Amino acid sequence: MARDLDAYLRQEVKSTPFCPGCGHGILMNIILRAIADLQLDMKNILFVSGIGCAAWIPSPHFNGDTLHTLHGRAIAFATGAKMANPKLKVIVISGDGDLTSIGGNHLIHAARRNTNLTVICANNMIYGMTGGQVASTSPLGAVTATTGEGNPYQPFDLCRLVLGAGAEYAARFSVTQPLVLMAAIKKALNMETFTFIEALSPCPTQFGRRNQADSSVQMLKALMQDCVTREQAAKMDKVVLKTKIITGEFSHE
Amino acid sequence: MNDTNEINSALSPGSYFFTGNEAAAEGAIAAGCRYYAGYPITPSSEIMERMSQRLRDVSGVFMQMEDEIASICSVVGASWSGAKSMTATSGPGFSLMQEAIGYGVFTETPLVIVDIQRAGPCTGQATKVGSGDLMQAKWGSHGDYQIIALSPWSVQEMYDQTIDAFNLSEQYRVPVFVMSDEAVGHLRERMDISPTLRVTNRYKKSGAAPFGTEEKDGVPPMPSFGEGENITVTGSTHNEFGVRKTDDPNVQEKLVGRLNHKILNNREEIVQSESYYMDDADVIVIAYGFTARSAFFAVDQLRKTGKKAGLLRLKTIWPFADKLITEIGRKGKKLFVPEMNSGQVYGEIRKYADCEVIPYHQTNGRIIHPKDIMQHIERIL
Repeated sequence: MARDLDAYLRQEVKSTPFCPGCGHGILMNIILRAIADLQLDMKNILFVSGIGCAAWIPSPHFNGDTLHTLHGRAIAFATGAKMANPKLKVIVISGDGDLTSIGGNHLIHAARRNTNLTVICANNMIYGMTGGQVASTSPLGAVTATTGEGNPYQPFDLCRLVLGAGAEYAARFSVTQPLVLMAAIKKALNMETFTFIEALSPCPTQFGRRNQADSSVQMLKALMQDCVTREQAAKMDKVVLKTKIITGEFSHE
Repeated sequence: MNDTNEINSALSPGSYFFTGNEAAAEGAIAAGCRYYAGYPITPSSEIMERMSQRLRDVSGVFMQMEDEIASICSVVGASWSGAKSMTATSGPGFSLMQEAIGYGVFTETPLVIVDIQRAGPCTGQATKVGSGDLMQAKWGSHGDYQIIALSPWSVQEMYDQTIDAFNLSEQYRVPVFVMSDEAVGHLRERMDISPTLRVTNRYKKSGAAPFGTEEKDGVPPMPSFGEGENITVTGSTHNEFGVRKTDDPNVQEKLVGRLNHKILNNREEIVQSESYYMDDADVIVIAYGFTARSAFFAVDQLRKTGKKAGLLRLKTIWPFADKLITEIGRKGKKLFVPEMNSGQVYGEIRKYADCEVIPYHQTNGRIIHPKDIMQHIERIL
C-alpha cells in the first residue's frame, strides 16, 4: 500500500503502539497531513512530548527531531529548546493528564509568555497508559478506575483555560472532525505565537469500556454525538448543552 | 573526542572584588554559557540576577521560569538546541530538580547546576549555611547513576570551578554540580581573571550514534536539534540511536553500565584535591567548601606552634576520591572530618580509610569556626 506520508515517518519504526480504536493514530495522520500541506521542512521541526500514550504520537515515529521528556514537563523542555534556537519550529504533542494536570503550571505560563509553541493536546479524558484513572478532563460522572461511582468533579475547559492565561488562539475539535481539526492545526502552525489545539481522541480501552462505549465504533459515535459546533451550541438549551462538548476555534472576543 | 581551545576571558583580565555568586555567573559567561533558566531562591538568587544582565551582553537567553522544575527542564531543552546551559538554586529548588537531573543523566545532556547550599532539611534556615545536599547530589534522582560534583572554597574557585563544570559537562555529557554554600556564595573577596581560559567544545560527528559508542567507557558525540540529524531523545531506556527499548534487558544493562563507567572509570582524571602539610602530619583534616577555609586556618595556626596537623581539601565530592583516601588510610594517621552536615563525606571516608576517622558535625546554620577545629585537633593529638 502506498503511503503518501512515508517521508514524514521514521523508516525503522514499523507500527504504532496504540490500542485498537484509539484516536491517536488518526491524530497522528492529521498532524502529519497538516505539516505536509504547509510544506514545512521536517528537518527544522522539533516535536516535544511528555509521558503517556499521546507522547508516543511523535516519538519515535516522526521523522524530525523528537524529544520525549518527563511526565508533565514537555512545555518546559520545549521552551528551552525554542528560546535557545528560535529558528526551530517547536510542536508539543502530549496528553491531557500530562499537559494540563501534572504539567498545568507550564501550560498556563507558556500561554502567558506567548512563547512561540504549538501545543497539541490529545484529550482522551482519562489516564490511559496507567490503567484508566480519572483525569482533570474526565467528564462529570465518568466511571474510571478511581471513580467507581462516577467522577464528582467538573472537567477543565482547556481552551478557556489557556485563553485566560493569555493564549491568542485555541481550538477544540474531535478526531471525528478531521478536516476542521487539520485546518485548525495548520492555522496554529502558521502563527508566530503560543497556540493551543485540543484534539478529542477516543480511548475505548480505558474510557469507553467503563462508560457504555466499549467498542471503537460506539466510542466514535458517542464522540460524534457529543461534539457540537459553537453555532449549534448557541441555539441549544443550557441543560442539554452541559452534556455536550463545544468544538470550534476560540480567541479573545 | 572533544576539542578544547583557548579563548579570551569575557571580562578584562585583572582583579575584581566579587561575591561568590557573582563569580559563578562570570565563570558561566566566560565558559560560554548562553542559556540560563532559574527561579528565585535564597541564597542563590544573585546568580540569576547577574545572569539576567550578563546574558544580554553576550546575546544569550535568560528565562525566569515558573518553578525550578521548569528551569531545569528548559535547561535540558536548550542544551539539546546547542547552547551551553545552566541553572542555579538552593536546597528546596534542588529537591524539585531531581527528576529532571535523572533525565539529564540518562539522555547524556551537558548542563551545569550551581547549588548554594543552605541549612535544611525542608525550608530550614533559608539564609544560613549548610552542606547537607551532597548525598542528594549523588543519589537524589531515582535509579543508579553517576554525576560530577565540585566544591569551591573561595570566590576565585566559584569562578574557576563554574568554568570547570561546563568543561566537564561537555567532556563527559553529564550534569555537573557546583556544590557551593551560602558562606562562599555571599563571601566577597578579591579574585583574579586571567586573560585567557580553556574551554571544551561539544563533540559532534554527523551521522554517528548519539547514545552509544564502541569505545569502552567512551562518551558518544552529541548532535543538536535543527541540524538535520533526526535525533530521538528519550528518558526511556534507548538504543544507541535513541529509540525506546523498554523490555530488552541487554539494552538496559549496557546503557546503565556505560553511563556509570564513563564517570567512574575516568575518575582519576576528574577527581581533584589539594593538600597542605600532609607529609609529616599526625592528624589530617579532610574538608571541603567553606569548612576547608576554617580548617586551613586552624592547621596553619597549629603548625606555627609546632603541632603536626595537615589538611586534605576535596575540590571534587563526586566521583569520590576513593583511591586517595585509601592511600592516606594506609599511612595509619588519624583523620578528622569537620562538616556542616551529619557526616555525609565522613561516611564515604570510612568506606575507604583503614584508620581512625573522627567526625565533627555542626548543623546549626553557622560556619564551623577555626577555633573549634583547632581545639578538636589538639584533643586528638
